Amino acid sequence: MSDPLPFAPFAPATQPDLDSPAYVGTRKRHPLRAPVKMPQTVTETTGPRFSTAHFPPVADLSRVGGKEALGERIIVAGTVTDGDGRPVPHTMIEIWQANACGRYHHPGDQHDAPLDPNFHGNGRVFTDAEGRYRFMTIKPGAYPWPNHRNAWRPNHIHYSLFGPAFATRLITQMYFPGDPLLALDPIYNSVPDKAARERLISSFEIGLTEPDYALGYRFDIVLRGRAATPMEN
Amino acid sequence: MTVPRIPTSNQTIGPYWHLLEDKSWADLTRFGAAGETIVLTGILYDGDGPMAEGCIEIWQSDPPADDRFPGFGRSGTDKEGRYRFTTLKPGAEPGRGNAQQAPHIDVMIHARGLLHPVVTRAYFAGEALNETDPLLASIDDPHRRATLIARPEGAGVWRLDLRLQGDGETVFLDV
Ligand SMILES: [Fe+3]
Repeated sequence: MSDPLPFAPFAPATQPDLDSPAYVGTRKRHPLRAPVKMPQTVTETTGPRFSTAHFPPVADLSRVGGKEALGERIIVAGTVTDGDGRPVPHTMIEIWQANACGRYHHPGDQHDAPLDPNFHGNGRVFTDAEGRYRFMTIKPGAYPWPNHRNAWRPNHIHYSLFGPAFATRLITQMYFPGDPLLALDPIYNSVPDKAARERLISSFEIGLTEPDYALGYRFDIVLRGRAATPMEN
Repeated sequence: MTVPRIPTSNQTIGPYWHLLEDKSWADLTRFGAAGETIVLTGILYDGDGPMAEGCIEIWQSDPPADDRFPGFGRSGTDKEGRYRFTTLKPGAEPGRGNAQQAPHIDVMIHARGLLHPVVTRAYFAGEALNETDPLLASIDDPHRRATLIARPEGAGVWRLDLRLQGDGETVFLDV
């Protein structure tokens, strides 16, 4: 049996530092020892497959039981490709977010902002054969958090992706263009490379908008590609 | 012709993932998988102690995933920091070259305060192949190596504590 082709290492400074002092929550949670380098084996180069039979898509977060959530309806769409620009087809994307008031439908969220019974903020979509995905939701509100005095998270949508292998697992957050809180946010700013950071910001796209119904934002995602192909400098 | 592109940056999972409330994801036998059922459990610690609100994910490529066995599981940690999976015991796996890998499960940790996931492995105490497994063999310090080896804790129950930081810190993997 031939060795599996490994996935490429990340380019320097394009992933956040686990030890990011400005984000207080990292202080007791970042490992102090360097990780042990290990060649990827079949365990890392394979990954779970999620079937829509077991994991039904939830592509409309903007209503519950037919009742409309409060807030600004938005459509979020984009592509999932790998590091070589190839589409990642039929891959599962999990999405979660706060409601329009900046409150999660979660028992742990004690922010004194209204809950919306018609918004759970919990979605799941799959890319199509060309790696495209799309969902409908409500623009999430900003919310305060206890990191430092007067700390507020910028508007964001949480994403979880799997891709073809356990090595391509990605947990990220999508931000919105022009958000003044981005410059102040230690989580967003934990990614040292400015260009990489800015790729976490979606773009407003009039072509995705549904007239008289919802505005559209594009968020394209890139997963790790195989190592054998040329790497960008 | 394809254009190389930089992978999207990770960001923390945060504390508010609704899906962690769904306990069914921690049972990899829920779709009817048959085989040697085991429980893999333990406590997740950070530098302050047991850690609630963590998200532990496992992936094993053996037994091969199919309609009845997803190979993948997800467990939140409870107030005591405990995660708990029900799964099938993995067998040996091919390694790189002619190497054999001892039975193992990949373990990924996500949490508020972790800006990207960290990965480790669960091996099983008493497996003969543990002596020659390439990863275990590459770790000289027996205390460090032991952080990757689950210990039996009753019939079919395996215990592996995970320590993000400090004394007995888990060996994390750069893969
Ligand atoms: Fe959040």
